[in-house]
Amino acid sequence: MSALTNAAVEVLQQFPEGIDGDEAKSISAASGAGMAYGLAAIGPGIGIGYLVGQAVQAMARQPESAGQVQTTMFLGIAFTEALALIGFVVFILLKFV
Amino acid sequence: MVVRVEGPSPAMAVAVDLAKRSVWLLPVVIFVSAAIWGIDGVASTLYALAIVVVNFLLAGWMLAVTGRISAAVMGAAALFGFLLRLGLIFIAVLLVKDAAWLELVPFGITLVATHLVLLFWEMRHISSSLAFPGLKPGDEPNPYLPQK
Repeated sequence: MSALTNAAVEVLQQFPEGIDGDEAKSISAASGAGMAYGLAAIGPGIGIGYLVGQAVQAMARQPESAGQVQTTMFLGIAFTEALALIGFVVFILLKFV
Repeated sequence: MVVRVEGPSPAMAVAVDLAKRSVWLLPVVIFVSAAIWGIDGVASTLYALAIVVVNFLLAGWMLAVTGRISAAVMGAAALFGFLLRLGLIFIAVLLVKDAAWLELVPFGITLVATHLVLLFWEMRHISSSLAFPGLKPGDEPNPYLPQK
């Protein structure tokens, strides 16, 4: 934890002269918001890819169960997307509030 | 991988069902946001709820349309549709971010909370429909079950 704090302090110390605390805070918030949005989209992307891949395989193996598979797949996609939405909300709160 | 998903689309049926359930959520979210954030909060909450519903409908529609082409195309639509819809939500927020009526906190809370509440609500319904298909027999065939 202290290593993270030290890293954050070092980053803040690298801001050029003439940038006050509020500007430094807004710059840090903007970069943090971008990180939050980007990182939050990676996990769900992998999850949806895996989920859909398995669902397509299941439908190819048993076409008669395609309806059930597609229903649960849609719900799975929507649940996985909730993670990306949480990241997006963190982004807008950091960026615009 | 050239399997087609024939018949009525379960994804679209689920999305429409989610949209119908969101109407039941309306009074609750309006009451809560009005009590805490006032009129601006209500407007922000309604905007967030509209984004959630449109997002579900768009996802269901894309899966339904591409599923009729092939399962592989449906997979691609699910992945790239995810990025596309995230981008659309981003644009929807960018368009109103400077609006006087937008309260970001109720907007964000509604976006996440209603998404999850609607999904858990629908999941319970689908679980019982799949486990006990005879519970609610209707004239129309159950769209969540394979057609005989």
